[in-house]
Amino acid sequence: MTTTAQANQDERVAEVGGLRKFLSRPELGAFGGAILVWLFFAIVAPVGFLSLRGTANYLEVSAQIGILAVAVALLMIGGEFDLSIGSLVALSGAATAILTTQYGLPLYVSAIIALIFALLAGMLNGYLVVRTKLPSFIITLAGLFVYRGLTIAMTRLITGRTQVGGLDDMPGYGLMESLFALRIPIGEANFRISILWWFLFAGIATFILLRTQIGNWIFGLGGDETAARNVGVPVDRLKIGLFMTTAFSAWLVSTITVIQVKSADTLRGDQFEFIAIIAVVIGGTLLTGGYGSAIGAVFGALIFGMVRQGLVFWGVDADWFQVFMGAMLIVAVLVNNFIRKRAEVANR
Amino acid sequence: MSTRQPILEVRNINKTFGSVIALADVSMDLLPGEVHCLLGDNGAGKSTLIKTFSGVHKQSKGEYLFEGQPVEFDSPRNALDMGIATVYQDLAMIPLMSIARNFFLGSEPKRKVGPFNLFDHKFANRTAREEMSKMGIDIRDPSQPVGTLSGGERQSVAIARAVYFGAKVLILDEPTAALGVKQAGTVLRYIVQSKSKGIAVIFITHNPHHAYTVGDRFTILKRGRTLGTFTKNELPREEMVRMMSGQDELEALTHELEEFRHSDDLKAAGQSTEIDQQLARGS
Repeated sequence: MTTTAQANQDERVAEVGGLRKFLSRPELGAFGGAILVWLFFAIVAPVGFLSLRGTANYLEVSAQIGILAVAVALLMIGGEFDLSIGSLVALSGAATAILTTQYGLPLYVSAIIALIFALLAGMLNGYLVVRTKLPSFIITLAGLFVYRGLTIAMTRLITGRTQVGGLDDMPGYGLMESLFALRIPIGEANFRISILWWFLFAGIATFILLRTQIGNWIFGLGGDETAARNVGVPVDRLKIGLFMTTAFSAWLVSTITVIQVKSADTLRGDQFEFIAIIAVVIGGTLLTGGYGSAIGAVFGALIFGMVRQGLVFWGVDADWFQVFMGAMLIVAVLVNNFIRKRAEVANR
Repeated sequence: MSTRQPILEVRNINKTFGSVIALADVSMDLLPGEVHCLLGDNGAGKSTLIKTFSGVHKQSKGEYLFEGQPVEFDSPRNALDMGIATVYQDLAMIPLMSIARNFFLGSEPKRKVGPFNLFDHKFANRTAREEMSKMGIDIRDPSQPVGTLSGGERQSVAIARAVYFGAKVLILDEPTAALGVKQAGTVLRYIVQSKSKGIAVIFITHNPHHAYTVGDRFTILKRGRTLGTFTKNELPREEMVRMMSGQDELEALTHELEEFRHSDDLKAAGQSTEIDQQLARGS
């Protein structure tokens, strides 16, 4: 930065571009981390982990968290949290299953009604945050318990149990299966269609974030809410919209799991909200908002899936998984802070 | 100067917050193409006055005219749409966002591609660069975060943004307060440039040298009242420096301290004699 009066020295733009631009991307840490994790398991458990079947396996696990993480990334860049999405996964799954098994609606109709429930819950989260001005952490922590409790109580009240199964015999299952649980054979392995949903969702989120006006608003909202409001960003509507996006992602994940396992379980989605936040933070998004990426969240979720399934292929007891994820979170935050500081200096 | 119509004028405005009188009978006017400095101590009512101008507060009594017409603003956005832009010292920019993204936040340029309305990054980057270079700041890369800019440059981006989006009145709340000499110079230079474009500038500062360098007229506030508006000729530099540095108060303070010292000396003298007496008594 200099203060010469000469203008239009366009050739100097290229000088800063290229490698440095790449190095200053928020998802760089997660990208590097994903490669390291992949290499690690490729070395310690090459047989299962490197096979197509192994790949399909950890991608499927990653996809569920990944879909949530992409939406949570948008919300966290906007400076808010959503701890209620795990419970919303259970809520909308139970709603879909009950509406079909108890009231005879075709599965796709039930799923659409469940989507409306989820969106209303997201809207309520957002509305409460905007109106009460309480931290979203508190509002959605309450949501975590309220939605989960509501799911368990209502399911037991209506069906007498906490699980609702046998969905594959219900009307509309075939259509729903081809949309949400399709197996796509590649080589000896079957890749689930949820992986495509994940990539599609991430693509849309990235497009919105980087290429549209709304994306600019999201960064502004998370960076400085008052400043954003002063220049005319519709802050309240934007926030509510972001909470509805995370609720939508919870519905999508719930529909995928309900159709894949042919049943709903009131305990499903437990801790998903925290794992999604971990994936987003590993992906380089700042906890304080204003900075981050949806692509980073994709890599964060990929790391989650590779570690979870990699440990199985390695033969390590799965009990160690949580230890690994927790430690990973700390390392990721430290690495990302380091990279971001360096990137800012490099850009000078 | 008095023949031109003021772009912004307030007549006898009062502003009370509960029982606190923040502004009492304040009148001032602002001409196109002038730099009007608003001077006064902390608590004099400068902030309340400019927040009234920018639509944050509504006056309790009195008239507010913009371009000769009485106006009432519901929000800062309202005032902004009329061309009254305010740059606050701390709320100017979002550090982690790029210069171009900051520049266009809330008024993003769009480019239609198929069914999509895209953020026009090319246009945003080019325009941010051009507008900044017009004020003598050469940005190599408009996509670098604002956090990498110096304080003066950040203020300049905020001012450039206001000017680019058609501000007719630019209200600057202590833009040079946190800046070093060189950086403050950058901002002052840009204030003069904005003025030469016909923009009316209200400039708040505690620094008499900054005020005198760029100001055309000076309105002085004290305890919610105006002491009047003066042109440069009516208010010699020494007089203004004296008023702004609080020379009167300082003189009064010096006087007071002297009295203290005097009485301390007396006391000290009294005590020492007491001690002497005690020593003399041998106790």
